[in-house]
Amino acid sequence: MLDLFKQLMDFLHYNILGMVIYAIIKIVVIMVPLILGVAYMTYAERKVIGYMQIRIGPNRVGFFGLLQPFADVLKLLLKEIIAPSAASKALFFIAPILVLMPALAAWAVMPFFPGVVLADVNVGLLYVMAITSLGVYGIIIAGWASNSKYAFLGAMRAAAQVVSYELAMGFALIGVMMVSGSLNISEIVMQQGRGIAGGSVLSWNWLPLLPLFVVYFIAGLAETNRAPFDVTEGESEIVAGHMIEYSGMSFALFFLAEYMNMILISAMSSVMFLGGWLSPFPASIPFLGAPSFIWWFLKVAFMLFFFLWARATFPRYRYDQLMRLGWKVFIPVTLVWIVLIGAWMQTSFSLWK
Amino acid sequence: MLQNYFPILLFIIIGTVAGAGLMTLGGVFSKLLGTDKPDPEKLSPYECGFEAFEDARIQFDVRYYLVAILFILFDLEVAFLVPWALVLKEIGSFGFFSMLIFLAILVVGFAYEWMKGALEWE
Repeated sequence: MLDLFKQLMDFLHYNILGMVIYAIIKIVVIMVPLILGVAYMTYAERKVIGYMQIRIGPNRVGFFGLLQPFADVLKLLLKEIIAPSAASKALFFIAPILVLMPALAAWAVMPFFPGVVLADVNVGLLYVMAITSLGVYGIIIAGWASNSKYAFLGAMRAAAQVVSYELAMGFALIGVMMVSGSLNISEIVMQQGRGIAGGSVLSWNWLPLLPLFVVYFIAGLAETNRAPFDVTEGESEIVAGHMIEYSGMSFALFFLAEYMNMILISAMSSVMFLGGWLSPFPASIPFLGAPSFIWWFLKVAFMLFFFLWARATFPRYRYDQLMRLGWKVFIPVTLVWIVLIGAWMQTSFSLWK
Repeated sequence: MLQNYFPILLFIIIGTVAGAGLMTLGGVFSKLLGTDKPDPEKLSPYECGFEAFEDARIQFDVRYYLVAILFILFDLEVAFLVPWALVLKEIGSFGFFSMLIFLAILVVGFAYEWMKGALEWE
Protein backbone atom coordinates (compact mmCIF):
# COMPACT_ATOMS: atom_id res chain seq x y z
CA MET A 1 0.00 0.00 0.00
CA LEU A 2 2.74 2.41 1.03
CA ASP A 3 4.75 1.24 -1.97
CA LEU A 4 1.89 2.08 -4.32
CA PHE A 5 1.59 5.50 -2.76
CA LYS A 6 5.31 6.12 -3.22
CA GLN A 7 5.07 5.04 -6.86
CA LEU A 8 2.17 7.39 -7.41
CA MET A 9 4.09 10.27 -5.83
CA ASP A 10 7.13 9.50 -8.01
CA PHE A 11 4.89 9.50 -11.07
CA LEU A 12 3.36 12.86 -10.13
CA HIS A 13 6.69 14.53 -9.37
CA TYR A 14 9.18 13.15 -11.90
CA ASN A 15 7.22 11.92 -14.92
CA ILE A 16 6.31 14.67 -17.43
CA LEU A 17 2.77 13.40 -17.94
CA GLY A 18 2.47 12.98 -14.18
CA MET A 19 3.55 16.56 -13.62
CA VAL A 20 0.94 17.82 -16.06
CA ILE A 21 -1.78 15.78 -14.36
CA TYR A 22 -0.62 16.97 -10.94
CA ALA A 23 -0.69 20.60 -12.09
CA ILE A 24 -4.19 20.15 -13.54
CA ILE A 25 -5.39 18.67 -10.25
CA LYS A 26 -3.96 21.65 -8.38
CA ILE A 27 -5.60 24.08 -10.82
CA VAL A 28 -8.96 22.38 -10.31
CA VAL A 29 -8.46 22.56 -6.54
CA ILE A 30 -8.03 26.34 -6.91
CA MET A 31 -10.78 26.86 -9.49
CA VAL A 32 -13.65 24.96 -7.89
CA PRO A 33 -13.60 26.81 -4.54
CA LEU A 34 -13.18 30.02 -6.51
CA ILE A 35 -16.31 29.40 -8.55
CA LEU A 36 -18.20 28.36 -5.41
CA GLY A 37 -16.89 31.53 -3.81
CA VAL A 38 -18.34 33.55 -6.67
CA ALA A 39 -21.68 31.79 -6.28
CA TYR A 40 -21.88 32.57 -2.59
CA MET A 41 -20.52 36.06 -3.17
CA THR A 42 -23.65 36.83 -5.18
CA TYR A 43 -25.75 35.42 -2.34
CA ALA A 44 -23.81 37.41 0.27
CA GLU A 45 -24.17 40.53 -1.84
CA ARG A 46 -27.95 40.22 -2.00
CA LYS A 47 -28.23 39.37 1.69
CA VAL A 48 -25.89 42.10 2.92
CA ILE A 49 -27.36 44.81 0.73
CA GLY A 50 -30.81 43.53 1.66
CA TYR A 51 -30.18 43.95 5.36
CA MET A 52 -28.55 47.33 4.79
CA GLN A 53 -31.78 48.43 3.13
CA ILE A 54 -33.92 46.79 5.85
CA ARG A 55 -35.08 43.94 3.62
CA ILE A 56 -34.21 40.28 4.12
CA GLY A 57 -32.90 39.36 0.70
CA PRO A 58 -33.34 35.91 -0.89
CA ASN A 59 -34.86 33.41 1.58
CA ARG A 60 -37.05 31.06 -0.48
CA VAL A 61 -34.74 28.57 -2.21
CA GLY A 62 -33.34 26.21 0.41
CA PHE A 63 -32.61 26.96 4.04
CA PHE A 64 -32.18 30.78 4.43
CA GLY A 65 -32.07 30.97 0.64
CA LEU A 66 -28.73 29.16 0.64
CA LEU A 67 -29.53 27.34 -2.60
CA GLN A 68 -30.33 30.58 -4.40
CA PRO A 69 -26.98 30.74 -6.31
CA PHE A 70 -27.60 27.28 -7.76
CA ALA A 71 -31.09 28.25 -8.85
CA ASP A 72 -29.55 31.28 -10.57
CA VAL A 73 -26.95 29.15 -12.32
CA LEU A 74 -29.64 26.75 -13.57
CA LYS A 75 -31.70 29.64 -14.86
CA LEU A 76 -28.73 31.16 -16.67
CA LEU A 77 -27.86 27.78 -18.19
CA LEU A 78 -31.32 27.42 -19.65
CA LYS A 79 -31.66 30.95 -21.00
CA GLU A 80 -31.53 31.40 -24.73
CA ILE A 81 -28.17 32.67 -26.03
CA ILE A 82 -28.90 35.51 -28.42
CA ALA A 83 -26.53 36.29 -31.28
CA PRO A 84 -27.64 39.76 -32.50
CA SER A 85 -28.01 40.00 -36.26
CA ALA A 86 -25.82 43.10 -36.50
CA ALA A 87 -23.01 41.69 -34.37
CA SER A 88 -19.67 40.28 -35.54
CA LYS A 89 -20.49 36.76 -34.40
CA ALA A 90 -17.02 35.30 -33.83
CA LEU A 91 -15.69 38.26 -31.84
CA PHE A 92 -19.01 38.52 -30.03
CA PHE A 93 -18.55 35.06 -28.52
CA ILE A 94 -14.78 35.29 -28.02
CA ALA A 95 -15.08 38.43 -25.87
CA PRO A 96 -16.58 36.83 -22.71
CA ILE A 97 -13.89 34.14 -22.81
CA LEU A 98 -11.22 36.84 -23.06
CA VAL A 99 -12.69 38.52 -19.99
CA LEU A 100 -12.92 35.31 -17.97
CA MET A 101 -9.47 33.91 -18.80
CA PRO A 102 -7.37 36.62 -17.08
CA ALA A 103 -9.68 36.65 -14.06
CA LEU A 104 -8.99 32.93 -13.60
CA ALA A 105 -5.35 32.78 -14.65
CA ALA A 106 -4.24 35.52 -12.26
CA TRP A 107 -4.81 33.05 -9.42
CA ALA A 108 -1.86 30.95 -10.60
CA VAL A 109 0.58 32.90 -8.45
CA MET A 110 -1.63 33.65 -5.45
CA PRO A 111 -0.15 32.13 -2.27
CA PHE A 112 -2.57 30.78 0.33
CA PHE A 113 0.01 29.70 2.89
CA PRO A 114 3.83 29.42 2.81
CA GLY A 115 4.53 26.99 0.00
CA VAL A 116 0.85 26.50 -0.88
CA VAL A 117 0.87 28.19 -4.26
CA LEU A 118 0.46 26.81 -7.77
CA ALA A 119 3.49 28.54 -9.29
CA ASP A 120 5.92 30.11 -6.83
CA VAL A 121 7.61 32.35 -9.41
CA ASN A 122 9.87 35.31 -8.73
CA VAL A 123 7.84 37.72 -10.85
CA GLY A 124 4.46 36.91 -9.30
CA LEU A 125 3.37 40.48 -8.71
CA LEU A 126 4.41 41.56 -12.21
CA TYR A 127 2.46 38.62 -13.63
CA VAL A 128 -0.69 39.63 -11.73
CA MET A 129 -0.36 43.22 -12.96
CA ALA A 130 0.16 42.03 -16.53
CA ILE A 131 -2.63 39.50 -16.72
CA THR A 132 -5.28 41.58 -15.00
CA SER A 133 -4.70 44.37 -17.50
CA LEU A 134 -5.58 41.97 -20.32
CA GLY A 135 -9.21 41.96 -19.20
CA VAL A 136 -9.85 45.30 -20.87
CA TYR A 137 -9.40 43.70 -24.31
CA GLY A 138 -12.41 41.51 -23.70
CA ILE A 139 -14.51 44.54 -22.72
CA ILE A 140 -13.47 46.55 -25.79
CA ILE A 141 -14.08 43.60 -28.11
CA ALA A 142 -17.48 42.95 -26.52
CA GLY A 143 -18.53 46.55 -27.03
CA TRP A 144 -17.27 46.67 -30.58
CA ALA A 145 -18.60 43.29 -31.69
CA SER A 146 -22.10 43.91 -30.29
CA ASN A 147 -22.61 46.71 -32.82
CA SER A 148 -25.03 48.48 -30.54
CA LYS A 149 -24.68 52.11 -29.48
CA TYR A 150 -25.05 51.46 -25.77
CA ALA A 151 -22.50 48.67 -25.90
CA PHE A 152 -20.07 50.86 -27.82
CA LEU A 153 -20.38 53.77 -25.40
CA GLY A 154 -20.08 51.44 -22.43
CA ALA A 155 -16.94 49.85 -23.84
CA MET A 156 -15.28 53.23 -24.49
CA ARG A 157 -16.08 54.36 -20.98
CA ALA A 158 -14.92 51.11 -19.45
CA ALA A 159 -11.63 51.14 -21.35
CA ALA A 160 -10.79 54.72 -20.38
CA GLN A 161 -11.78 54.08 -16.77
CA VAL A 162 -9.90 50.82 -16.39
CA VAL A 163 -6.66 52.12 -17.88
CA SER A 164 -6.82 55.31 -15.78
CA TYR A 165 -7.19 53.42 -12.54
CA GLU A 166 -4.60 50.88 -13.54
CA LEU A 167 -2.01 53.65 -13.28
CA ALA A 168 -2.97 54.47 -9.70
CA MET A 169 -2.93 50.77 -8.92
CA GLY A 170 0.51 50.33 -10.50
CA PHE A 171 1.93 53.25 -8.53
CA ALA A 172 0.45 51.88 -5.31
CA LEU A 173 2.11 48.51 -5.94
CA ILE A 174 5.44 50.25 -6.65
CA GLY A 175 5.34 51.38 -3.02
CA VAL A 176 4.92 47.77 -1.89
CA MET A 177 7.83 46.68 -4.09
CA MET A 178 10.05 49.40 -2.61
CA VAL A 179 9.57 48.26 0.96
CA SER A 180 9.73 44.53 0.26
CA GLY A 181 12.36 44.49 -2.49
CA SER A 182 10.76 41.47 -4.14
CA LEU A 183 8.15 40.57 -6.72
CA ASN A 184 7.56 37.14 -5.21
CA ILE A 185 4.19 37.39 -3.46
CA SER A 186 5.07 34.88 -0.72
CA GLU A 187 8.23 36.88 -0.06
CA ILE A 188 6.19 40.09 0.22
CA VAL A 189 4.00 38.47 2.89
CA MET A 190 7.02 37.11 4.79
CA GLN A 191 8.60 40.55 4.79
CA GLN A 192 5.53 41.98 6.54
CA GLY A 193 6.04 39.54 9.42
CA ARG A 194 9.50 40.92 10.20
CA GLY A 195 8.53 44.38 11.41
CA ILE A 196 9.41 46.04 14.70
CA ALA A 197 5.95 45.18 16.10
CA GLY A 198 6.77 41.47 16.19
CA GLY A 199 4.84 40.48 13.07
CA SER A 200 1.52 41.62 14.45
CA VAL A 201 -1.11 43.84 12.84
CA LEU A 202 1.08 46.93 13.33
CA SER A 203 3.98 45.60 11.30
CA TRP A 204 2.00 44.93 8.12
CA ASN A 205 2.31 47.20 5.11
CA TRP A 206 -1.04 48.89 5.53
CA LEU A 207 0.15 51.22 8.28
CA PRO A 208 3.23 52.85 6.70
CA LEU A 209 1.63 52.61 3.25
CA LEU A 210 -1.87 53.65 4.34
CA PRO A 211 -2.50 56.14 1.47
CA LEU A 212 -1.32 53.53 -1.04
CA PHE A 213 -3.59 50.92 0.53
CA VAL A 214 -6.62 53.20 0.30
CA VAL A 215 -5.76 54.16 -3.28
CA TYR A 216 -5.21 50.52 -4.20
CA PHE A 217 -8.55 49.42 -2.85
CA ILE A 218 -10.55 52.28 -4.37
CA ALA A 219 -8.77 51.76 -7.69
CA GLY A 220 -9.75 48.12 -7.32
CA LEU A 221 -13.39 49.14 -7.03
CA ALA A 222 -13.04 51.15 -10.23
CA GLU A 223 -11.04 48.42 -11.97
CA THR A 224 -13.78 45.86 -11.44
CA ASN A 225 -16.46 48.40 -12.48
CA ARG A 226 -18.17 48.11 -9.13
CA ALA A 227 -20.41 50.70 -7.51
CA PRO A 228 -19.85 53.60 -6.96
CA PHE A 229 -17.71 53.53 -10.13
CA ASP A 230 -20.09 51.47 -12.27
CA VAL A 231 -20.70 54.14 -14.91
CA THR A 232 -19.74 51.63 -17.59
CA GLU A 233 -22.73 49.45 -16.89
CA GLY A 234 -24.92 52.04 -15.13
CA GLU A 235 -28.31 50.43 -15.63
CA SER A 236 -30.19 53.72 -15.45
CA GLU A 237 -28.21 55.43 -18.21
CA ILE A 238 -26.52 53.04 -20.61
CA VAL A 239 -28.35 49.85 -19.60
CA ALA A 240 -25.39 47.54 -18.74
CA GLY A 241 -22.97 49.01 -21.29
CA HIS A 242 -20.83 46.46 -23.07
CA MET A 243 -22.91 43.55 -21.74
CA ILE A 244 -26.20 44.76 -23.16
CA GLU A 245 -26.48 42.34 -26.07
CA TYR A 246 -25.39 39.31 -24.08
CA SER A 247 -27.78 36.78 -22.59
CA GLY A 248 -27.73 33.44 -20.84
CA MET A 249 -24.37 31.82 -20.36
CA SER A 250 -22.44 34.37 -22.43
CA PHE A 251 -23.61 37.03 -19.98
CA ALA A 252 -22.86 34.75 -17.05
CA LEU A 253 -19.20 34.65 -18.07
CA PHE A 254 -18.93 38.44 -17.68
CA PHE A 255 -20.64 38.15 -14.33
CA LEU A 256 -18.32 35.35 -13.21
CA ALA A 257 -15.26 37.34 -14.30
CA GLU A 258 -16.40 40.44 -12.45
CA TYR A 259 -16.85 38.58 -9.18
CA MET A 260 -13.62 36.65 -9.59
CA ASN A 261 -11.83 39.95 -10.10
CA MET A 262 -13.43 41.26 -6.92
CA ILE A 263 -12.15 38.27 -4.99
CA LEU A 264 -8.75 38.71 -6.64
CA ILE A 265 -8.52 42.39 -5.68
CA SER A 266 -9.49 41.48 -2.10
CA ALA A 267 -6.92 38.70 -2.01
CA MET A 268 -4.25 40.98 -3.48
CA SER A 269 -4.94 43.73 -0.98
CA SER A 270 -4.89 41.26 1.88
CA VAL A 271 -1.60 39.79 0.67
CA MET A 272 0.08 43.07 -0.27
CA PHE A 273 -1.05 45.23 2.63
CA LEU A 274 -2.73 43.10 5.31
CA GLY A 275 -0.10 40.43 5.78
CA GLY A 276 -1.82 37.53 4.01
CA TRP A 277 -1.79 34.50 6.28
CA LEU A 278 0.01 36.26 9.15
CA SER A 279 -1.84 36.52 12.43
CA PRO A 280 -2.85 39.98 13.69
CA PHE A 281 -1.55 39.01 17.13
CA PRO A 282 2.17 39.04 18.02
CA ALA A 283 3.89 35.75 17.23
CA SER A 284 4.77 35.32 20.91
CA ILE A 285 1.14 34.50 21.78
CA PRO A 286 0.62 30.74 21.38
CA PHE A 287 -2.02 29.45 18.92
CA LEU A 288 -3.61 32.84 18.17
CA GLY A 289 -0.28 34.26 17.05
CA ALA A 290 0.40 31.44 14.60
CA PRO A 291 0.09 32.12 10.87
CA SER A 292 -2.80 30.25 9.33
CA PHE A 293 -4.88 30.00 6.17
CA ILE A 294 -7.86 31.05 8.26
CA TRP A 295 -6.37 34.54 8.66
CA TRP A 296 -5.91 34.79 4.89
CA PHE A 297 -9.54 33.80 4.39
CA LEU A 298 -10.85 36.19 7.03
CA LYS A 299 -8.91 39.09 5.54
CA VAL A 300 -10.23 38.38 2.06
CA ALA A 301 -13.78 38.15 3.41
CA PHE A 302 -13.25 41.42 5.26
CA MET A 303 -12.12 43.20 2.09
CA LEU A 304 -14.98 41.67 0.09
CA PHE A 305 -17.42 43.04 2.62
CA PHE A 306 -16.10 46.52 1.81
CA PHE A 307 -17.08 45.99 -1.83
CA LEU A 308 -20.68 45.32 -0.77
CA TRP A 309 -20.68 48.06 1.82
CA ALA A 310 -19.47 50.60 -0.76
CA ARG A 311 -22.18 49.50 -3.15
CA ALA A 312 -24.93 49.89 -0.56
CA THR A 313 -23.63 53.25 0.67
CA PHE A 314 -22.41 55.51 -2.12
CA PRO A 315 -24.33 57.00 -5.04
CA ARG A 316 -22.78 56.54 -8.47
CA TYR A 317 -20.00 58.87 -9.55
CA ARG A 318 -20.43 61.03 -12.62
CA TYR A 319 -17.97 60.22 -15.39
CA ASP A 320 -16.04 63.49 -15.15
CA GLN A 321 -15.77 63.13 -11.35
CA LEU A 322 -14.49 59.60 -11.86
CA MET A 323 -11.74 60.65 -14.25
CA ARG A 324 -10.83 63.58 -12.02
CA LEU A 325 -10.45 61.27 -9.03
CA GLY A 326 -8.24 58.87 -10.96
CA TRP A 327 -5.92 61.37 -12.62
CA LYS A 328 -5.92 64.43 -10.38
CA VAL A 329 -6.14 62.85 -6.95
CA PHE A 330 -4.81 59.30 -6.98
CA ILE A 331 -1.78 59.76 -9.22
CA PRO A 332 -0.41 62.79 -7.32
CA VAL A 333 -1.12 61.12 -3.95
CA THR A 334 0.68 57.92 -4.90
CA LEU A 335 3.63 59.78 -6.47
CA VAL A 336 4.11 61.90 -3.36
CA TRP A 337 3.89 58.87 -1.08
CA ILE A 338 6.39 56.91 -3.17
CA VAL A 339 8.90 59.77 -2.85
CA LEU A 340 8.21 60.07 0.88
CA ILE A 341 8.71 56.35 1.45
CA GLY A 342 11.86 56.45 -0.68
CA ALA A 343 13.24 59.32 1.39
CA TRP A 344 12.25 57.56 4.61
CA MET A 345 14.17 54.49 3.50
CA GLN A 346 17.33 56.61 3.09
CA THR A 347 17.27 57.78 6.69
CA SER A 348 18.36 55.78 9.72
CA PHE A 349 14.72 55.55 10.83
CA SER A 350 13.92 53.17 8.00
CA LEU A 351 11.65 50.29 9.03
CA TRP A 352 12.79 48.15 6.12
CA LYS A 353 16.47 47.32 6.46
CA MET B 1 13.57 27.16 -13.27
CA LEU B 2 11.43 27.50 -16.35
CA GLN B 3 9.26 24.59 -15.29
CA ASN B 4 8.00 26.82 -12.47
CA TYR B 5 6.21 28.81 -15.13
CA PHE B 6 4.57 25.81 -16.76
CA PRO B 7 1.54 25.70 -14.38
CA ILE B 8 0.84 29.33 -15.32
CA LEU B 9 0.66 28.46 -19.00
CA LEU B 10 -1.54 25.51 -18.10
CA PHE B 11 -3.81 27.75 -16.05
CA ILE B 12 -4.17 30.19 -18.96
CA ILE B 13 -5.12 27.33 -21.27
CA ILE B 14 -7.55 25.86 -18.74
CA GLY B 15 -9.07 29.29 -18.16
CA THR B 16 -9.74 29.65 -21.88
CA VAL B 17 -11.11 26.12 -22.14
CA ALA B 18 -13.32 26.68 -19.09
CA GLY B 19 -14.77 29.81 -20.65
CA ALA B 20 -15.43 28.16 -23.99
CA GLY B 21 -16.77 25.06 -22.26
CA LEU B 22 -19.24 26.95 -20.09
CA MET B 23 -20.49 28.88 -23.09
CA THR B 24 -20.95 25.71 -25.16
CA LEU B 25 -22.71 24.08 -22.23
CA GLY B 26 -25.06 27.03 -21.97
CA GLY B 27 -25.72 26.92 -25.72
CA VAL B 28 -26.49 23.20 -25.70
CA PHE B 29 -28.70 23.32 -22.60
CA SER B 30 -30.71 26.30 -23.78
CA LYS B 31 -31.26 24.71 -27.20
CA LEU B 32 -32.34 21.35 -25.80
CA LEU B 33 -34.22 22.25 -22.62
CA GLY B 34 -34.88 25.97 -22.67
CA THR B 35 -36.54 28.32 -25.06
CA ASP B 36 -34.87 28.97 -28.40
CA LYS B 37 -37.08 31.15 -30.53
CA PRO B 38 -35.07 33.87 -32.25
CA ASP B 39 -36.98 36.40 -34.33
CA PRO B 40 -35.78 39.50 -36.23
CA GLU B 41 -37.01 41.89 -33.55
CA LYS B 42 -35.27 40.01 -30.79
CA LEU B 43 -32.02 39.85 -32.75
CA SER B 44 -31.90 43.53 -33.65
CA PRO B 45 -29.57 45.81 -31.63
CA TYR B 46 -31.21 47.14 -28.48
CA GLU B 47 -32.14 50.80 -28.69
CA CYS B 48 -34.80 51.64 -26.11
CA GLY B 49 -37.82 50.70 -28.16
CA PHE B 50 -36.74 52.41 -31.37
CA GLU B 51 -35.55 50.57 -34.42
CA ALA B 52 -31.80 50.98 -34.70
CA PHE B 53 -31.38 53.74 -37.24
CA GLU B 54 -27.73 53.84 -38.12
CA ASP B 55 -24.54 51.88 -37.66
CA ALA B 56 -23.38 51.79 -34.07
CA ARG B 57 -19.74 52.27 -35.01
CA ILE B 58 -19.97 56.03 -34.81
CA GLN B 59 -17.47 58.80 -34.15
CA PHE B 60 -16.58 59.17 -30.53
CA ASP B 61 -14.96 61.76 -28.32
CA VAL B 62 -11.29 62.43 -29.04
CA ARG B 63 -10.58 62.51 -25.31
CA TYR B 64 -10.69 58.73 -25.21
CA TYR B 65 -7.64 58.75 -27.48
CA LEU B 66 -5.99 61.29 -25.24
CA VAL B 67 -6.55 59.12 -22.17
CA ALA B 68 -5.11 56.14 -24.01
CA ILE B 69 -1.96 58.06 -25.01
CA LEU B 70 -1.45 59.48 -21.53
CA PHE B 71 -1.97 55.99 -20.15
CA ILE B 72 0.89 54.65 -22.26
CA LEU B 73 3.23 57.38 -20.97
CA PHE B 74 2.39 56.78 -17.33
CA ASP B 75 2.32 53.03 -17.61
CA LEU B 76 5.85 53.14 -19.04
CA GLU B 77 6.72 55.26 -16.06
CA VAL B 78 5.43 52.52 -13.77
CA ALA B 79 7.43 49.97 -15.74
CA PHE B 80 10.58 52.12 -15.28
CA LEU B 81 9.95 52.35 -11.56
CA VAL B 82 9.61 48.59 -11.02
CA PRO B 83 13.32 47.59 -11.29
CA TRP B 84 14.33 50.69 -9.34
CA ALA B 85 11.86 49.90 -6.56
CA LEU B 86 13.12 46.34 -6.28
CA VAL B 87 16.75 47.29 -5.64
CA LEU B 88 16.21 50.56 -3.79
CA LYS B 89 17.61 49.10 -0.57
CA GLU B 90 20.92 48.25 -2.28
CA ILE B 91 21.45 51.37 -4.39
CA GLY B 92 20.96 53.80 -1.49
CA SER B 93 20.63 57.55 -1.76
CA PHE B 94 22.44 57.84 -5.10
CA GLY B 95 19.79 55.65 -6.73
CA PHE B 96 17.04 57.47 -4.92
CA PHE B 97 18.12 60.94 -6.07
CA SER B 98 18.71 59.75 -9.64
CA MET B 99 15.10 58.60 -9.76
CA LEU B 100 13.96 61.89 -8.21
CA ILE B 101 15.39 63.75 -11.23
CA PHE B 102 13.50 61.43 -13.53
CA LEU B 103 10.30 61.86 -11.52
CA ALA B 104 10.73 65.64 -11.55
CA ILE B 105 10.78 65.64 -15.37
CA LEU B 106 7.64 63.51 -15.36
CA VAL B 107 5.92 65.85 -12.93
CA VAL B 108 6.69 68.80 -15.21
CA GLY B 109 4.96 66.95 -18.04
CA PHE B 110 2.06 66.04 -15.77
CA ALA B 111 1.65 69.67 -14.66
CA TYR B 112 1.73 70.75 -18.32
CA GLU B 113 -1.06 68.38 -19.37
CA TRP B 114 -3.07 69.38 -16.30
CA MET B 115 -2.73 73.12 -17.20
CA LYS B 116 -3.57 72.40 -20.83
CA GLY B 117 -6.82 70.82 -19.70
CA ALA B 118 -6.09 67.35 -21.06
CA LEU B 119 -7.59 65.89 -17.89
CA GLU B 120 -10.86 67.82 -18.03
CA TRP B 121 -14.14 66.08 -18.77
CA GLU B 122 -16.83 68.71 -18.47
